[in-house]
Amino acid sequence: MIEYLPNILFFILLLTSSCLFFRNLNRIRRNIFLGKDLDRNDQRSLRWKNMIRVALGQSKMVSRPIAGTLHVIVYVGFILINIELLEIILDGLTGKHRLFAPYLGSIYSFLIAVFEVLAFLVLVAVFFFWTRRNVLKIKRFLKDEMKGWPKLDADIILYFEVVLMLLFLSMNATDSILQDLDPTNYIKAGSFPISQFIAPLFEGISIENLRILERSFWWIHISGIFIFMNYLYYSKHLHILLAFPNTFYANLNSKGKFKVDVNIKNEVQSMMDPSFLIPEGKNTVPDKFGASDVFDLNWVQLMNAYSCTECGRCTSVCPANITGKKLSPRKIMMDTRDRLEEVGENLNSNKGVFKLDQKQLLNDYVSPEELWACTSCNACVEACPIEIDPLSIIMDMRQYLVMEQSAAPAELNSMMGNIENNGAPWPFSNQDRLQWADE
Amino acid sequence: MLNVPTLAKLQAEGKKPNVVFWVGCAGSFDDRAKKITKAFVKILNQTGTSFAVLGAEETCTGDPAKRAGNEFLFQMQALQNITTLNSYDVTKIVTTCPHCFNTLKNEYPELGGNYNVMHHTQFLKQLLKEETLTIEGGKFKGKRITFHDPCYLGRANNVYEAPRELIQKLDAELVEMKSCKSKGLCCGAGGAQMFKDAEAGDKEVNIERTEEALKTKPDIIAAACPFCNTMMTDGIKNKAQEGNTQVMDVAELIATANDL
Ligand code: SF4
Ligand code: SF4
Repeated sequence: MIEYLPNILFFILLLTSSCLFFRNLNRIRRNIFLGKDLDRNDQRSLRWKNMIRVALGQSKMVSRPIAGTLHVIVYVGFILINIELLEIILDGLTGKHRLFAPYLGSIYSFLIAVFEVLAFLVLVAVFFFWTRRNVLKIKRFLKDEMKGWPKLDADIILYFEVVLMLLFLSMNATDSILQDLDPTNYIKAGSFPISQFIAPLFEGISIENLRILERSFWWIHISGIFIFMNYLYYSKHLHILLAFPNTFYANLNSKGKFKVDVNIKNEVQSMMDPSFLIPEGKNTVPDKFGASDVFDLNWVQLMNAYSCTECGRCTSVCPANITGKKLSPRKIMMDTRDRLEEVGENLNSNKGVFKLDQKQLLNDYVSPEELWACTSCNACVEACPIEIDPLSIIMDMRQYLVMEQSAAPAELNSMMGNIENNGAPWPFSNQDRLQWADE
Repeated sequence: MLNVPTLAKLQAEGKKPNVVFWVGCAGSFDDRAKKITKAFVKILNQTGTSFAVLGAEETCTGDPAKRAGNEFLFQMQALQNITTLNSYDVTKIVTTCPHCFNTLKNEYPELGGNYNVMHHTQFLKQLLKEETLTIEGGKFKGKRITFHDPCYLGRANNVYEAPRELIQKLDAELVEMKSCKSKGLCCGAGGAQMFKDAEAGDKEVNIERTEEALKTKPDIIAAACPFCNTMMTDGIKNKAQEGNTQVMDVAELIATANDL
């Protein structure tokens, strides 16, 4: 029995972390679907292609070559090393070390070598990432909304990567020594182009101690991975999962096409023409125009908020932000997520029923000053590597301000008054529209 | 003398134009933009294009109201325009304003207005391809021209090449700004900003963009939107560069090149 203890322990660890992980995923799912319906199931083949190109193929990342290339390295490393993870999990469950080796032969050695090289490249990339954030202090990483937790979160992930990669390499280093010293327990398999350089550190240690070391690295490594998996929920790193649905359900229309609320068309028509009778049952004016809280946004916008990597590419190209205004499209996404999380916590602690909390996204998180600074230029949407649309949230909130609160800036009110009265944003008579032809 | 028939007049004569020129509010009322309107009409006249305008029957597309958040007012404008356009059986529209272009093209169909909408740079490019339009290069030979992408033409509708192809016909040197095409920086007018003061900050957006444009040492900043034109012209004035750099619409460039 005692010999199975590690396997049982491992099983419990795997089960607990998976349960936690799926509980959190479910909560995210629940929170996302607090948003309004939106049908984005059209043009599926185009959507698949888009997802493969943008999320899997990282096509938008490389528009900034340095960050893009580094990111691709970490990303490929992450995906491929996960294959090795499968073997590690089976090892934990069965107690059989290097399970795949006998089946794969020389391919196995090749794969292990590739993983090691990737692990090394990841270390290099992470070093550059860390430098960009902490030494070069690139501006977009240090805006106001990044103070505190978001900055720490970004660094924690980098440290995580370093520790995991070092553990992986140390595990291989001790393993490779044991393959020579203790061939009954450690079968000869794999080649170790990187960890061979760490191996000398472990020379001269007794077999027993080496085994303890090797097992410790193994356990800490896999535990680290389980922790990472459950850390995602609290982190901007959810994007490694959500980038996929996020790009799949991205807007495929021209970016200039804003949502047209066809539901109010009848109402508008009856306002313009009193003789127009709204067809029976067709008066579907919504209870509320626009958005003042996360419940008023649609589920894609909420998924956007969870997917945001806080990279700030959007903010760094935003004309309002560049010229010192308060608006930052990244902050819009972070605020939306923070508010959604707050609502989620509320639901968790009240058995799934939302208890009014006298708060909302507007004012408590996003100020009208930010919203009115937007030029609707779509630069943020274009820049986002995972096709998040901060502009749509800004526009929905403006709509709320104007249509529910009549709270547009005074100059805009007079512009709208002019349109209503003269059919132009300026106070000119519509009869004079053709005057230019005679001037 | 410009020949600018209205749809109403043509209909009374039992005629129908091939295309409706949507002039837009800026093009009708703003002094600077009116020059663009006239330059475009001169080209239409020179090429013998069969067109008409709506004149007093045209009214704001509703774009600034929509971007300001007023969906109601937008739809009132849209429905009014759609009623007019449909009553004339309009099928094809060309406009010198990217905001009108975007709204007519993308936001009218769901409300019952389905037209083939073109921006004037696309339209002119087509005339060029059909060899109805020829562009004389001489006047701008050796000049440095940089093109400022209007957000609602570029990113919003992926039209980047048409204006550039036209500029290249001028025998001028087309120089690109640091952020151009899909990465183009806004002039600061969009999203109804044109009609209000900017929020507190440390700079105006049009100054930022003008500085970027001036870095290319241009003789001319080419624009393709009346609002961008205003913003960039103000920027040039602010930088006291009127003597060195002119802001011109692509239509004005062509009209000038062809001595119209
Ligand atoms: S659309 Fe608005 S938020 Fe996005 S970049 Fe342009 S000004 Fe900034
Ligand atoms: S919205 Fe996109 S571009 Fe902006 S911070 Fe989030 S992931 Fe980056």
